[in-house]
Amino acid sequence: MARSALLRCRVAASAVLSTLAFALGCARAGARSGETELRVWAFGAEGEALNPIAREFERANPGVHVRVQAIPWTAAHEKLLTAYVGGALPDVAQLGNTWIPEFAALGALEPLDTLMKRDSAVVPRSDYFPGVLATNVVDGVLYGVPWYVDTRVLFYRTDLLRKAGVARPPTTWAEFRDDLARVKGVQPAGAFPALFPLDEWAQPVIFALQSGSPLLADHGTRGDFQDPRFRRGLEFYVGLFRDGLAPALANTQIANVYQEFGAGRVAMYITGPWNVGEFRRRLPPELQKSWTTAPLPGPDSAGVSLAGGSSIVIMRRSESKAAAWRFLAFLADPVRQAAFYEKTGDLPARRSAWNTPALVNDHELAAFGEQLGRVVPTPAVPEWELIATRIAQAAERAARGRQSIDDAIASLQRDVDGILEKRRWLAAQRAAAHVATGGGAGK
Amino acid sequence: MSAGLAPERSRRRPWRIAPGWWFVAPALTLIVVFFVGPVIGAIGLSFTDYDLYALADPHAARWVGFANYARVLHEPLFWQSLRNTLYFALVGGPLTVAASLGAALLVNARAVRWKGAARVVFFAPFVTTLVAVAIVWRYLYHPQFGLVNWMLGHVGIHPIDWLGDPRWAMPAIILLATWKNFGYNMLICIAGLQNIPRELYEAASLDGASAWQRFRHVTIPMLGPTLFFVVIVTMIGYLQLFTEPYVMTQGGPLRATTSLALYMYEEGFRWWRLGSAAAIAFLLFFLIVLFTLVQRRLSPKAAA
Repeated sequence: MARSALLRCRVAASAVLSTLAFALGCARAGARSGETELRVWAFGAEGEALNPIAREFERANPGVHVRVQAIPWTAAHEKLLTAYVGGALPDVAQLGNTWIPEFAALGALEPLDTLMKRDSAVVPRSDYFPGVLATNVVDGVLYGVPWYVDTRVLFYRTDLLRKAGVARPPTTWAEFRDDLARVKGVQPAGAFPALFPLDEWAQPVIFALQSGSPLLADHGTRGDFQDPRFRRGLEFYVGLFRDGLAPALANTQIANVYQEFGAGRVAMYITGPWNVGEFRRRLPPELQKSWTTAPLPGPDSAGVSLAGGSSIVIMRRSESKAAAWRFLAFLADPVRQAAFYEKTGDLPARRSAWNTPALVNDHELAAFGEQLGRVVPTPAVPEWELIATRIAQAAERAARGRQSIDDAIASLQRDVDGILEKRRWLAAQRAAAHVATGGGAGK
Repeated sequence: MSAGLAPERSRRRPWRIAPGWWFVAPALTLIVVFFVGPVIGAIGLSFTDYDLYALADPHAARWVGFANYARVLHEPLFWQSLRNTLYFALVGGPLTVAASLGAALLVNARAVRWKGAARVVFFAPFVTTLVAVAIVWRYLYHPQFGLVNWMLGHVGIHPIDWLGDPRWAMPAIILLATWKNFGYNMLICIAGLQNIPRELYEAASLDGASAWQRFRHVTIPMLGPTLFFVVIVTMIGYLQLFTEPYVMTQGGPLRATTSLALYMYEEGFRWWRLGSAAAIAFLLFFLIVLFTLVQRRLSPKAAA
């Protein structure tokens, strides 16, 4: 009996092993012999729009087989993380540009400086918006090539501004404030001219960046919120709430932004390119001539905005980097970028692609084109998204009057210094190791 | 045959492992590899600051003692998700048990026809995939076109933004969870009901007990152990609330549906702070143990 049990065990074990071997074989068998297989991950609508482009690439590059996997945005981050841990990252991936520092810290990304320099005719650095390209650089190394871009601009009701005697959109903070106060006079009673939802970090961060705050200090190991420049931005933001120019509301407390905007209960709103389409679709036809966009005002002249968007990266452990780079360059082609805009509405990352008639003749998007020349990256640390939510929370406490500006800044500084403690420790470790090796060489 | 062979074999190999172990070995191996091992690993993890940097280089992880626990307990979001979880368990738990007991009595009543069909209908939600169910319920809860608001509109109630309003999001999730889970508990209650001897009801009727008195003094006491089991299992399940808010609200609006399990998931897989995520897991574990002990104390059966 024991023998037969043992035998059965062996049979079972070999069955399990052969199943495993079969599964592994399947995983590898995707590429036909002699063919390079390129696994590409892209997210949301872009993932779906990428498939026809991949087929086009295959026709132009015989012998390369591109397998595009479209992943919903909500699952993208975890999927990338678990794939990193499991050693199952693709060859090429789309990456939201605030995620690049994270995956660079993991050492998951291939540096692209050399390749970009070699092929500067195909992928010229100078044809990218400098602020957006800078989001792909971590500690001086380029890890991604921008694919499409976004930023925030001012959406406003032209008719309400005219009625209030304002001829053109504001270019400085003083004008901005003054225009808001005038518009409030012609609005329905109880309405507020501006809307900055308190749960969005973009607005307080934009005002801080506009007044020149670097947000973090000492190579991203400490908050830099005691700095007068951050304070100036926060004071401007909080002042708009205290003076009744913006309502102290979070997104969830606002039933429908488009309705509020249509009814004139909101006249100025800072948001991104996705809302151009939404405004066109959701505002009634008679209002379509009564709104437009403008670049953001700044403290003394035109202001900066956020450098958002997605980049394409190559994974360091990819075995087909040459083909991966060819695919990157293929996506970066200005004609293809313009076509991609027409298909998805994603704004092209290449400046030359902005010459396409569809973009040139679009007045609302022209403001984005102008603003993209004045965008700055947020700090390139993996903790940035967490820090951004903390900035929004501190700004919300000050805007709701629950804390003074001083207290909000002090608690934000404490909070963020706590989050960045690990980075300080790592920097100290590196410095100590450096001193140890340097000292050894000296003796 | 084994009776004849066993003594001889044990003489030859005195260290022989009892055959029972061989039978449970596959299951035990799986439990050790996929349960005991990870649990021990997670305990260790909760005392380190294992994070993004440690994933890249294990030397970047530090032993931090109870610092994760201390930090989590100082985090307002922890207390908010604890409140949300307790709200869900303390309102949703009794509601589910009451619904399942009610359904069991209904299906078990002698006057009711089509018992089998009713059981299948009540049990169907439990065996349906939660993610699919949650997506359908998201349509039902739609503020403009949802069936729920359409029905409420007929009785003159203004539309409610079920998943967008912080006050209504948790009740909406409780309603979904109750509907989803009462079928399983109903089956257990039916089994309990059928175990109650008919004579008890006859004797009570002869003594002149009304239907309510028979329910109060015969059904409830005889169903005690079953109900206790149902309450404990439901509570343990409900304290681990995760999928419903994950699919329907992502913890919003204004964090009104962030449960402890969802908070743990965010710490671990959104912010990559696996050390503090493990600490939250153990805090949740202690909460569940505490709940179960309190319920044992309160249960008359356990005290006896």
